[in-house]
Amino acid sequence: MSDVTFPMVRRRPLDPPDEATELRQQGAMHRMTYPDGHRGWLVTRYSAARAILAHPHFSNRQELSHPPLPSQLERVRMQRERKMPAGVFLRMDPPDHTRYRKLLTGQFTVRRMKALESRIEEIVNAHLDGMAAAGGPVDLVQMFALPIPSLVICELLGVPYEDRAQFQEDSKLLLSLETKAEEAIAALGRVMAYLYGLIQRKRKEPSDDLLSGLIEGGELNDEELTGVSFLLLVAGHETTANMLGLGTYALLTNPDQLAAMRDDPSVVDNGVEELLRYLTIIHVGPIRTALEDVEIEGTLIKAGETVTLQLPAANRDPSRFPDGDRLDVTRQAGGHLTFGHGIHQCLGQQLARAEMRIAYPALLRRFPGLRLAVTPEEVPMRSDMGIYGVHRLPVTW
Amino acid sequence: MEIKADTTVCIGAGMCALTVPEVFDQSEDEGTVELLQKVPPQELEDGVRRAVTLCPSGAISIA
Repeated sequence: MSDVTFPMVRRRPLDPPDEATELRQQGAMHRMTYPDGHRGWLVTRYSAARAILAHPHFSNRQELSHPPLPSQLERVRMQRERKMPAGVFLRMDPPDHTRYRKLLTGQFTVRRMKALESRIEEIVNAHLDGMAAAGGPVDLVQMFALPIPSLVICELLGVPYEDRAQFQEDSKLLLSLETKAEEAIAALGRVMAYLYGLIQRKRKEPSDDLLSGLIEGGELNDEELTGVSFLLLVAGHETTANMLGLGTYALLTNPDQLAAMRDDPSVVDNGVEELLRYLTIIHVGPIRTALEDVEIEGTLIKAGETVTLQLPAANRDPSRFPDGDRLDVTRQAGGHLTFGHGIHQCLGQQLARAEMRIAYPALLRRFPGLRLAVTPEEVPMRSDMGIYGVHRLPVTW
Repeated sequence: MEIKADTTVCIGAGMCALTVPEVFDQSEDEGTVELLQKVPPQELEDGVRRAVTLCPSGAISIA
């Protein structure tokens, strides 16, 4: 039986690591030795990954799991010495998780996100105006991909946008796989302290935003509110921003797909799903730990064993997505695992969809001659980050 | 085809309302699934099956 270690590198920028693809061809479940010596598993096929994400006997609690990357060992050890911040419900199991999730689901419905569309359009158009005024070449990440989701999540939560520079920097440190443990803990502390202060201010002067609404709801104390807002703020920043950056890179290097997304409005919804599937920016994980012995597709996972899901390979699994290594914006791509599956499936997914459905076509129509200002090989990829993407995307038109 | 929806396990992901808005909605307060029609017309049955597959928490089922 093969024995896998991490990390794995995406050698071609848009494809999963070759090792992951080879493993998927061999089977769904692979023995993997974790950096702390734990003998756990790596999952590379779609159906097994989906089954684990939906299974009630797999826990998402960090204190039960073994980190798959050597660079995370020290950070996780230091985090465990401190108490896990309250309110970060992504790393909770039911019933704790249920309590938080229920407080927030009403805020992220399809209907609410549709109501936000005109505001998102305004934000997108303002940034396209900014690009046009600057004249090419520009870095699309700094002028478009990062500021749009950043502004949207700040507005939705009620975080003053002028405060963004510091937590964008800190969020980058937190999500980099190469940040030293002490630096990451310090960055976490800074963001938490900022948000705690913001919540104190909002208690005195509430306004019409999600955080004020949660405060008024009275269900959560200040520590819990800080954790919830931390989770939403960081999740809202790095994810959609990287989809917009890497997605534009993928379209620019696949001109026929770009033309379809630009010229055929009926393609856009599905094209967004396909980009989510094809790019799978979740670079490492999700990670789960078995609470009891569970059999998944004929393999026994014992209680206490950690499983790491290799989503980029799972989302290319040909048994679920035929010819999955091809980007095809007309494919029925729904059901991909990029937002996860099961009770932790991304709370902000409808917001992310709304942003992408508006931003991609608006960008491509405003600049029909959009092209890379460097060769595709010169674009720096985020192999060093927990969320994959491009560090910079120099474009002109 | 008859649809069943279990709001106690629903996590409000909204995949059903996104896939077949004629059949599924989300409650204003909690974002949990609301059935607009229990027995969908035949032309929406494929969409309903897709919504059941996409639901991350297993909250909707068909009998």
